[in-house]
Amino acid sequence: MTVDKIDEKKKIIKTIKIDVDKCNGCRACEVICSAFHAAPKYSSNNPARSRIRIIRDPLRDIYVPVYAGEYTVAECAGRDKYTIDGKEYDECSFCRASCPSRDEFKEPDSGLPLKCDMCEGEEEPLCVKWCLHDALILEEREEEMEEEVEQEDLEIGLESLADKYGMDKIMDAVVRMNEKD
Amino acid sequence: MRYAETGFNLEVDLTRGNIEKVATDPRDTELYLGGLGTNAKILWDRVGPEVEAFSPDNLLIFGAGLLCGTPATGCNRTIVTTISPQTKLMVFSMMGGFWAPELKYAGYDKVILRGKSPDLVYLYINNDKVEIRDASHLSGKGAIETGEILKKELNESKAQVAAIGMAGENRVYYASIEQGRSSASRGGIGAVMGDKGVKAIVVRGTKDINVADPEKYIELCNEVLEYIKFREENPIPGVMAILSRLGSPQEMAVHDEKWHTENFSWGNSRTRRKDFWTEEVATEWKETLESARTRLISCYNCPMKCGATLSLPGLPTYMMKCFTKLTYTMGAFSNLEFGLRIAQKATEYGLDGYSTPQVMAFALELLEDGILTDKDFPEMPADTEGRFYYLLDKIVRREGIGDTLANGTHWAAKEIGNGAEEYAHNNIKKVEQLPLKLFMMNPIYYLMYCTGEKMNITQIEGQFPQAPFPKREHREKFVKDWFQVPDEKFKQYFLDWEMRGEENVTPFYPTVEMTCEIVDWQEKMHYIDDALGMCAGLSSFHLKPPYHMHNFPKFITAGAGLEMDQDKLTKAAKRYRTLVRANNIRRGMRRKDEVPPADHWKKRFPELEKELLDTYYQYKGWNNDGIPTKESLHELGLDYVAEDFVKRGILTDGEDSPFEDTSSEEAMAEKEKK
Repeated sequence: MTVDKIDEKKKIIKTIKIDVDKCNGCRACEVICSAFHAAPKYSSNNPARSRIRIIRDPLRDIYVPVYAGEYTVAECAGRDKYTIDGKEYDECSFCRASCPSRDEFKEPDSGLPLKCDMCEGEEEPLCVKWCLHDALILEEREEEMEEEVEQEDLEIGLESLADKYGMDKIMDAVVRMNEKD
Repeated sequence: MRYAETGFNLEVDLTRGNIEKVATDPRDTELYLGGLGTNAKILWDRVGPEVEAFSPDNLLIFGAGLLCGTPATGCNRTIVTTISPQTKLMVFSMMGGFWAPELKYAGYDKVILRGKSPDLVYLYINNDKVEIRDASHLSGKGAIETGEILKKELNESKAQVAAIGMAGENRVYYASIEQGRSSASRGGIGAVMGDKGVKAIVVRGTKDINVADPEKYIELCNEVLEYIKFREENPIPGVMAILSRLGSPQEMAVHDEKWHTENFSWGNSRTRRKDFWTEEVATEWKETLESARTRLISCYNCPMKCGATLSLPGLPTYMMKCFTKLTYTMGAFSNLEFGLRIAQKATEYGLDGYSTPQVMAFALELLEDGILTDKDFPEMPADTEGRFYYLLDKIVRREGIGDTLANGTHWAAKEIGNGAEEYAHNNIKKVEQLPLKLFMMNPIYYLMYCTGEKMNITQIEGQFPQAPFPKREHREKFVKDWFQVPDEKFKQYFLDWEMRGEENVTPFYPTVEMTCEIVDWQEKMHYIDDALGMCAGLSSFHLKPPYHMHNFPKFITAGAGLEMDQDKLTKAAKRYRTLVRANNIRRGMRRKDEVPPADHWKKRFPELEKELLDTYYQYKGWNNDGIPTKESLHELGLDYVAEDFVKRGILTDGEDSPFEDTSSEEAMAEKEKK
């Protein structure tokens, strides 16, 4: 999910709806993603550089397209396994992170993290365009910005920090951060 | 820099355990493209006619098509080439799936196996790291099972595995190489892999494949994708269902099998069952398929869902596509449930789904007619289904009669003797065919059956409608958006083709000349696919396919950076097609071998058939015995073939007259006995 600001009050939320039941496991999404993000554009392709991956295990009927999300320094302490409709999904199957625990979403040679950018500049993400079975569907919706709510969130957060560290320390930290800027 | 291809082959000497990464000559790409084309060249250069299938000097070449690994939709085929134990000729069986692109990403265009490993091994390719590893723990394991074990063992869930089952290990002449949802099945290439002591090749690659003109290339790819969408929304009217839509015949999706079950023959390709498809059967079979099928699935980078994952109660899950759905069912006069169940076992054993049921039905017919006796089948169950399972096990283990049957109907019949040869009636060039028995000889199909060197009709047909449309207005409508034709004249040929009447009807229409042109076009498109790695299901097999003679040259130019146009591509395809024939001519193939299955048509036209073959040979630049002439070889830049032919006395130095044939089938059989 990414957010484009259109004015003070509204934003467009882009969501890719993933229907794992419709995925045919062909990996065209990985092909076009890696080609689009090659430099120069389309000059090469390599699914190992793709920002979308199909977690794929045909004999267990597992097909999960996952988009590269944020990079994380540390792997999770505990990991979960899910059973859905009788199929057991491995730990990390649904996770979008570029993480030390696995080699998904990293450049194969440098190891630098990859992140989906929804194919900036294109009408729609190309993985969506190349998926003829609608396993990937782009949805856009406008949402009101709720600044007050964000303000509330901020205050709740600060209050909890003040409770923990004391108001003075919080003030010091704010001043220091200001100076850095 | 090399574009589309990697420019490297992996040479593996199994006898010495030596592995080398060898740079290839870009001039060979210009002349023979890649895939089948360069495979044929390597085989010509390195495997002489004296080398037998199970000799350490035989090569087993896994060639990824030239454009595999690029974003071209549906371009994912591995072309496996070797000398076949069944035909003793060059064989090139192909598989889709995911293996060829992975090999390209690992940095190789081909894996070339030579020699023999003393112990069972597997090859592990992970980018630059390539190892021959012990596979003794995989001996006797199923082909799919092997893939799963290796991926787990190596902790490489993304690796692609091509493996053989017990049939390959025991050198069954119709053993396949299986790869997840695809297989290279024809001609016994799995037996050659087993003979070399290689259980599997595991590939993982994370490198780039480059294209020469990125903007142009992606534009071409997008056009193809758009046209696929158009074709999916607009099936071709007036042709049978499997031809109206793209892809391999959609056997995993369709329930209505009236056409196959009533028009194809059952048992040992003998019995037509005209009223088989009742409502009761339809309901039962639909239920069987729907409860077994978990998902329709695709090969690499292709939207067509030609395959399916099948899970039957009590059996491991496996994958299937196309007509294997019905071959076991019809061979055993049984139902779909039986067919899908035994196919699971046969897939793990790694067997060709066309040949295997026919060999088993052939054996049971011989028993029924007293040529084989109960003594040949100790402890065999009484019911046909039970017998099929019994025979399957005997064949893959080469036990008892199974050892004979494991060589296919042709060689088994020769060994059994006593009139058994009459029962191996559905072969071309010793290979079992689809069980089709028809009435009137069709000139196009006659030439395709006779001269095809892929030994499979589906691997040469396509492009041109199989039959005329009843009304001219329908034909006019059909040709309106038929832009795929390489020449406008083909539209006229079709427009004038009448279903009934005195003029322009089968078998004397299309005329001999037209037939030659049509067959040549059809074959050419398959050969182009096989060099590029393109699936026939989006290309040569179809009427109005997304890939055709007009965009292929552009794909090659923008993709591989080779200056290409229609004429140059035609010439290149002709060059390596001729080289395939040259390999086979050198191994003794001649005109006498170029015949359709004996009883394929009831009504034959010997004079017309002779004229067809005479004219087609001439059209192809072959002499009257099917041998490429010196002149035509010279035109294609294949003088080295001509020289070899002269040296061997296949062609004489003065003229292109056929030499007395000494390496006939009989001579080969004699040699076999010794």
